[in-house]
Amino acid sequence: MNEQRKYFWEGIRAEIPLLIGVFPFGMIYGALALDAGLSAAAAQMMSSMVFAGSAQFITAQLAKDSTPGFVIVLTIAVVNLRHMLYSASLAPYLASVSTRWKMLVSYLLTDEAYAPSINHYENEGIKPFSHWFLFGAGAALWINWQISTALGIFLGAAIPDSWSLDFALPLTFIAMVVPVLKNRPAVTAALSAGCVALAAYSLPYKLGLIVAALVGIAVGTFLEKRMKSTSDEKLPIQANLRNSVDE
Amino acid sequence: MTIWLVMLVGGLITFGIRFSLIYAFGRLHIPETMRKALHYVPPAALSAIVFPELFIRSGSFEISLDNHRLLAGLFAVIVAGVSRNTLVTILAGMVALFVLQVVLR
Repeated sequence: MNEQRKYFWEGIRAEIPLLIGVFPFGMIYGALALDAGLSAAAAQMMSSMVFAGSAQFITAQLAKDSTPGFVIVLTIAVVNLRHMLYSASLAPYLASVSTRWKMLVSYLLTDEAYAPSINHYENEGIKPFSHWFLFGAGAALWINWQISTALGIFLGAAIPDSWSLDFALPLTFIAMVVPVLKNRPAVTAALSAGCVALAAYSLPYKLGLIVAALVGIAVGTFLEKRMKSTSDEKLPIQANLRNSVDE
Repeated sequence: MTIWLVMLVGGLITFGIRFSLIYAFGRLHIPETMRKALHYVPPAALSAIVFPELFIRSGSFEISLDNHRLLAGLFAVIVAGVSRNTLVTILAGMVALFVLQVVLR
């Protein structure tokens, strides 16, 4: 019991710095979901049913643009595919726990719970109760996310329309995407996806979004493979973006 | 499909993805190409959402000084590149849009 509690609290403690960063996001999500036309109940419940920050922002944006449900679901799937990497990398450390535990920590497995947990496991190795660490980190994040969502819904209702609050959604995505544009394949993936999204904008059911994302992913992967043999040259992001505007 | 059904199915898929390899450890491996491809999901998917939000105004493609969201969005891209801070980026973009809407109105 002591061991379990120790790992649980260690997980919570490791999560605290991330909670401070996540809290404003939960609030922004709550306010934006409401602004996008979701009911307060739906906005709040999404934080526990989906429990994935970027997917929730995207769902709010797409629901606002009256995107068909199946396209939203497909987009959630594409965006959250990266969690498969987390699942793969934590799997060896969770191999011996019960299926019920595996389900619980999988539900709590977000970017922010993954980061401190993989650090912990790589330093400490496999210990009998170390899944309590991931549980502690994930549970702390979960509670933080529910409270911040609620606060955002509460405050968001008071924000007037004239503030163009809906623009904060694309801005959030810009803030997420720019830091990952570290090399040429990533920049090209982003630009090609963006241009295809514009060209395919009139496709029915907003399917252009899915097509664009898949093209971007394919282009990035292809370029990375091709660049393996050549040099690892990096291009300035801003120059690239300017080119795309000229097109 | 109602938003509730979207949330339910989206939530189940998200859980399924997170659970997949923890559950199937040792039985299932991600091929190398897919592992690489997964790294390009964020830039591709997010850009596919952002571009139309900035370039398409009321249903048609628009590059001009009247497209305030495009200008504010490009400013936010620069701020994001320099600051690497999400909240700073959102604030800068919102302020830029506000200024454009007041000054260039």
